[in-house]
Amino acid sequence: MRDYIYNFWQGLYTILVGMKVTLRHVFIPAVTIQYPSVKPQMPERERNRLYVNMDDCIGCDQCARACPVNCIEIETVKSIPGEDLGTTSNGKKKALWVTTFNIDFAKCCYCQLCVFPCPTECIYMTDVYEFSEFQRESLVYDFVTLLPEERIQKKKNYEELQIKKEAEKAAAAKKAAEEKAAALANKPEEPKQDNKEENK
Amino acid sequence: MMYDWLYNLTGSELLAMFIVSLLPLFVFILPFALLAVLAERKVSAHMQDRLGPMRTGYHGILQTVADIIKLLQKEDLVPTATDKMLFNLAPLLTFIGSYAAFAVIPFSGFFIGTKIDLGIIFIVGITGLVVAGILMAGWASNNKYSLLGAMRSAAQIISYEIPTLLIILTIVMLTGTLSLYDLSEMQTAYFWNWLILGGPAVGIQKILLIPLMMMGCLIIYTSTLAEVNRTPFDIPEAESELVSGYHTEYSGMKFAMFFLAEYANMFAVSAIVAIMFFGGYQSPFGYLGNTLGWSWLVPIEQFSWFTSKGVFFVLVQMWLRWTLPRFRVDQLMAFCWKYLIPFSFVILLLVGLIALI
Repeated sequence: MRDYIYNFWQGLYTILVGMKVTLRHVFIPAVTIQYPSVKPQMPERERNRLYVNMDDCIGCDQCARACPVNCIEIETVKSIPGEDLGTTSNGKKKALWVTTFNIDFAKCCYCQLCVFPCPTECIYMTDVYEFSEFQRESLVYDFVTLLPEERIQKKKNYEELQIKKEAEKAAAAKKAAEEKAAALANKPEEPKQDNKEENK
Repeated sequence: MMYDWLYNLTGSELLAMFIVSLLPLFVFILPFALLAVLAERKVSAHMQDRLGPMRTGYHGILQTVADIIKLLQKEDLVPTATDKMLFNLAPLLTFIGSYAAFAVIPFSGFFIGTKIDLGIIFIVGITGLVVAGILMAGWASNNKYSLLGAMRSAAQIISYEIPTLLIILTIVMLTGTLSLYDLSEMQTAYFWNWLILGGPAVGIQKILLIPLMMMGCLIIYTSTLAEVNRTPFDIPEAESELVSGYHTEYSGMKFAMFFLAEYANMFAVSAIVAIMFFGGYQSPFGYLGNTLGWSWLVPIEQFSWFTSKGVFFVLVQMWLRWTLPRFRVDQLMAFCWKYLIPFSFVILLLVGLIALI
């Protein structure tokens, strides 16, 4: 009988205790963040989407080599003489046209290892984390600031320069050979003397 | 009275009857259900340190309106293996059962469906239709979880009818009336005339009645809470065990009917508690209308007192829902048969003895 009454009282009392707890929580401000309109405060050294400031990029390929998942793809073309590519913000002279700078964020593991080797600090983490896509291909970001035609142009320029150089080189070689041949014809003893001297 | 007033206004018995019978639905139950569902969601959210619906309108106040529009637009799905007729009849029956109870509930001295003398008995009887509707829904769904829910519901409602009826019997014995209107009129003037504080009686009788009445109020509130299948007595629709019990297979407007019936029932049982123990539509301290001599203001005041009492008890139901975990089936039955019924018998006996003094 005593247990019976005690049970009854205990049940009633604990319900009131529980109700007190829930009532107190009504007046505690909600912890909910109204997400798309209110963004949560991210930690200071958050690691999210990468950004490359192409004005500072010298195309040194160090980030691509540091990347553990090979998500950075860089192609560069040497500039031809007379082209001024300007300097980076910390005074380094740029010598290469960057014709490809793709980062595949589907592969990226947000490890930040590419950020540290950069000599000009042009690749860094931003606070953007909402960039979902419907196509995996859309996650490949192209950071190059050159227009597609310009990229082709730069490559062509360099190739032409190479061809020209080759031609010059060939011409120079031909000329040298001709000169040599002419010299040989004019002074046939000289090389012999040389040979003799060497033999001595 | 509302009916006479409308009869004089329109000159047509049929029209007046029609309006009077529909008035509680459109003036009261639908807006109440909309607000109560919203309140339920907001209250539960804030009790759990959340915010609840926030997108639809300012702080989500239009959420339930949007829900209703969605439910109205939904396709009326009837699963192939169901018993079609019973399946379609069940939500109607459930809603009729809970809506019919409003016929005898006095919203104010002026606005009451019918002033029949058997008010309480009528409510107890007609809400039996809800059990039939729930069982019908569970059976017709041809789904084991629905049937389990419905069986549990029937068992629960039938068990908890007993303490409810015993407390009602106590009140009837004390006051000598079954009419809810007379019951409300009896507890007029000031709050110390409310039955929770011993009723209009004076002297030693009143003092002796106070603890018994408080006990009785607690018992009838608990048992009616069980009758409307709400937490902690929500084993018929136990989400974690039975998906959602008897209305698992329902969608669209039929589901909305069950929902509306549940909320109408919630208010009906709160109203019964308010009428039987807290003076019904009576103000706790006189009327402004009487003081100023504006007799038209009194029914409006009474209506607002009644709704605020009812809504307060509905809010307490919600508060309990988000505080307490669900009963186990054996605990449910033990609580009814081992605690509520003996206590209500003791109250019945003691009140009978006091009434003899």
